[in-house]
Amino acid sequence: MTILEMREVSRDHGTGAGLVHALREVTLVVGPGKFVAVMGPSGSGKSTLLTLAGGLDAPTRGSVTVEGADLGSLSATALSAVRRRSIGYVFQDLNLIPGLTAVENVMLPRELDGVATRKARAQARVALEEVGLTDLADRFPDEMSGGQQQRIAIARALVGDRRLVLADEPTGALDSQTGDDVMRLLRARCDAGAACLMVTHDARHAAWADRVIFLRDGFIVDAGSRPGPETLLEGAR
Amino acid sequence: MSIRHGLLALLARGPRYGYQLRAEFEASTGSTWPLNIGQVYSTLSRLERDGLTVRVGADEEGRFIYRISPEGAEEVRRWFRTPIARTDRPRDELAIKLAMAVTSPGVDVRDVVQAQRTATLRTLQDLTRLKADGPAVPPEAGERAWRLVLESMIFQAEAEVRWLDHCEAYVLRASTLPEPAPEPTPERSSATETAAAPEETKR
Repeated sequence: MTILEMREVSRDHGTGAGLVHALREVTLVVGPGKFVAVMGPSGSGKSTLLTLAGGLDAPTRGSVTVEGADLGSLSATALSAVRRRSIGYVFQDLNLIPGLTAVENVMLPRELDGVATRKARAQARVALEEVGLTDLADRFPDEMSGGQQQRIAIARALVGDRRLVLADEPTGALDSQTGDDVMRLLRARCDAGAACLMVTHDARHAAWADRVIFLRDGFIVDAGSRPGPETLLEGAR
Repeated sequence: MSIRHGLLALLARGPRYGYQLRAEFEASTGSTWPLNIGQVYSTLSRLERDGLTVRVGADEEGRFIYRISPEGAEEVRRWFRTPIARTDRPRDELAIKLAMAVTSPGVDVRDVVQAQRTATLRTLQDLTRLKADGPAVPPEAGERAWRLVLESMIFQAEAEVRWLDHCEAYVLRASTLPEPAPEPTPERSSATETAAAPEETKR
């Protein structure tokens, strides 16, 4: 089974003279264990692709399926359940809650999902262990370095075994060594069976992925399938 | 890569046989630059000629041991102190190709950039896979030395991709500028303006 399936997905903004095709007929399938990076110049549709994959926005045309659920056919309640249970988000802006400790930040999405506090805390501990920060469980965000905060945000995206991880510039302003640590975590999560879609402008980080997709003006100009001449045909759309 | 200075730096750690130098050189660069034993001995004989190493006796199998001279040791220190000048490197073929693409009619620079970016990204993926297979910080010094060599290749590939991104954005920006007035060519420098009109259709 695939984890993320986007079929002929387009997203338009505005109408008439102000019409912008942010994404055009993008087809993308990400299976378990696959790490896909999305690159492209500013305004090429990278972030649009990610918000559509995460059900945070709906496509103008085409379908988005996450773990078998067609997001377009779901009720608002069912959609937010998929977003909470199947999808983990890591953004450049970490959105850690300053008044909560590391472990409380990580367990929050589980509690929102109705999981009992005890169980949510146990799951959060597992996620913190995965990112190597068990020791900092009871610290507050402002008592941690930028790299540690980023790893907490990743633990929050991974908690409860969510199978689709969406990351938008997850290394932000981290130095290259700390950025590598973050990539190692995402890679390990994929190797353990998750699917990961990451937007980045940084080739160094994109290189951790199995496939690197290149967008330009809303189109996929390079599907990153390696190697072979069919890549050229796909590029010619 | 300076084999000469690499071997000299190894000899600064103590006397060594030729084959030993080869093995240690390759180990510390992760076999990125394989040496044949002939290169090692020809380099050693030049180092000896220049007074930077001394050949001291041979073991029972007739293999020579090499030792660094005080002048050689000073040369190693000088090498570590002196930055490598970028101008010492060969011309950048890719930069030449892009420069040609920009000025050649009928060539889509974006396609040239994209083809190169795809190829460089693949190299970058392969290099990153090598890195990902090892621990974040390898416990052994030789492994760490190799990791630094690997990182050097990763950073260079990354720099190339960033430069390609820059080229693409630059060309795109230039293409939105109004076309400058055509430069007079020698043949038509005194000719009428209408003679130049058909050429303006080119991009």
